[in-house]
Amino acid sequence: MNRLTQWLKHALLEIQDYMSLLGQVGRSLVTRPFYFRDFVEQLDAIGIGSLTVVLLTGTFTGMVLALQSGMTLDQFGARSMVGRLVSASMVKELGPVLTALMVTGRVGSGIAAELGSMAVTDQLAALRSLGTDPVRKLVTPRVVAGTLMVPVLTVISDAVGILGGGIISSTQLQVANSIYWNNVTASLFMDDIWMGLIKPFVLGFLIVTIGCHVGLRARGGTQGVGRATTQAVVAGSVAVLAVDFVLTKLLIVLLY
Amino acid sequence: MATETAASRFSEPPAPFATGTVVIRFDEVSLAFDEKVILKKVSFELRAGQMKIVLGASGAGKSTVLKLILGLLRPDGGQIFVNDKRVDDMTEDDLMDVRADLGMVFQEGALFDSLTVRENVGYRLFEETDMPIPEVDARVQEILGYVGLAEYGARMPSELSGGQRRRVAIARALTSRPRVLLYDEPTTGLDPITALTIDEEIIKLRDVDGVSSMIVTHQLRDAFFIATHEAVKKGAGPDDVEFGPVSPKNAEKTEFVMLRDGTIAFEGSAAELRASTDPYLKAFLS
Repeated sequence: MNRLTQWLKHALLEIQDYMSLLGQVGRSLVTRPFYFRDFVEQLDAIGIGSLTVVLLTGTFTGMVLALQSGMTLDQFGARSMVGRLVSASMVKELGPVLTALMVTGRVGSGIAAELGSMAVTDQLAALRSLGTDPVRKLVTPRVVAGTLMVPVLTVISDAVGILGGGIISSTQLQVANSIYWNNVTASLFMDDIWMGLIKPFVLGFLIVTIGCHVGLRARGGTQGVGRATTQAVVAGSVAVLAVDFVLTKLLIVLLY
Repeated sequence: MATETAASRFSEPPAPFATGTVVIRFDEVSLAFDEKVILKKVSFELRAGQMKIVLGASGAGKSTVLKLILGLLRPDGGQIFVNDKRVDDMTEDDLMDVRADLGMVFQEGALFDSLTVRENVGYRLFEETDMPIPEVDARVQEILGYVGLAEYGARMPSELSGGQRRRVAIARALTSRPRVLLYDEPTTGLDPITALTIDEEIIKLRDVDGVSSMIVTHQLRDAFFIATHEAVKKGAGPDDVEFGPVSPKNAEKTEFVMLRDGTIAFEGSAAELRASTDPYLKAFLS
């Protein structure tokens, strides 16, 4: 019972600290100073830096999706419909979620390690002693950049995924290009695109804020940095999948 | 760059404190982490131009004292004043103004490892003021020259030795012309020769520049060296300084504070500390 109380207390404290960080980020968005140069650097680090992994993940996901769904559709004599399946799956679900998971592994862990190292070597305290608020300087630029870049990366992932699916459809499944692309466009409605665009904004925000939160709280030298990095990936990945489910349910109610 | 018009605050040396002004005051300050009591109703004052050397065993709360002064930690009870402003209940935004007059040299330096020495030293001026870059560069060069590292501006912290990193940390703390300097274990981990150069920088700042300071250390050799030596300016250059045994008049500038079990076990001069018959102090000094 005592351990359960301790665990609950710890969990509540964690949530309180996370919410407090979100509050500070919110305040720093509407009050000076802004660190614009850091924001631009983060756009580059998160966006351009994650491009390769997102391109590879998107392409291979679209390709394997076309292969697998082609086999299943064959059983119903509906191989020509593969374009519908690939585009709907990529835009509504796989694009946002897989991009978010890749960014969690690459960016979330990187942020946690960077901020964690700064925390355990007193660099965060040094920043404060030099008159800089670490949340304004380190967290807010990352959160804004992450929230804006994950949707851009998702759109790119969707596009290369559908393209990859098209290549497999024509080369392996012998589905004509015109039929594949007709199916791709015919199956996509504005509601699907909205769903595919709203999700990554929320997931991007979540990944970066979790990375920053665990990084800032790192204690205990290099071991603490390691723990923070692991936590950022584990908590970020679980949060991406859980929030994706909740968001999907919510958006189905709101959009369809 | 953050938009703030505080360049003038850092471009000219601030007016010195009036003699005898209380710069830092702890008034019955208490702090505990969970069950562990760190400070128990601790009170002391640091006056303008004075230096306090805080001694104590590991975990006695020495570094905590400095973090409380900077507002990096909040006490559970009591009041802390810096330049007559109460800082223990200040908001983070208000603390930024108070910190403009405080320079902190962290244990191990805490240099920003992704920035060059020049960017580290000029950090506050580059990021928190709208001071023109050539002016910032001139100030950085001046300060690096002061600590004997004028040629090292383009280097990364990882390319420096332990002593050089510590001197860069002192330079960074000095860039904004603070009237109070806080040193957290400035010589720990350094060889005796390098530690001596750091000691001399600290003495020079106290005697030549009149900076009020607090040093937290458990390096007794360095603590007594700083307390028993003085610097006298002999010329216009930054290196034209002579070090020698402290005069009786200047000896009063430096006081020791010994922390033990969350309270102040001793407060007084180097001579009084040496003459103490308290068994704990004798054991600590032996």
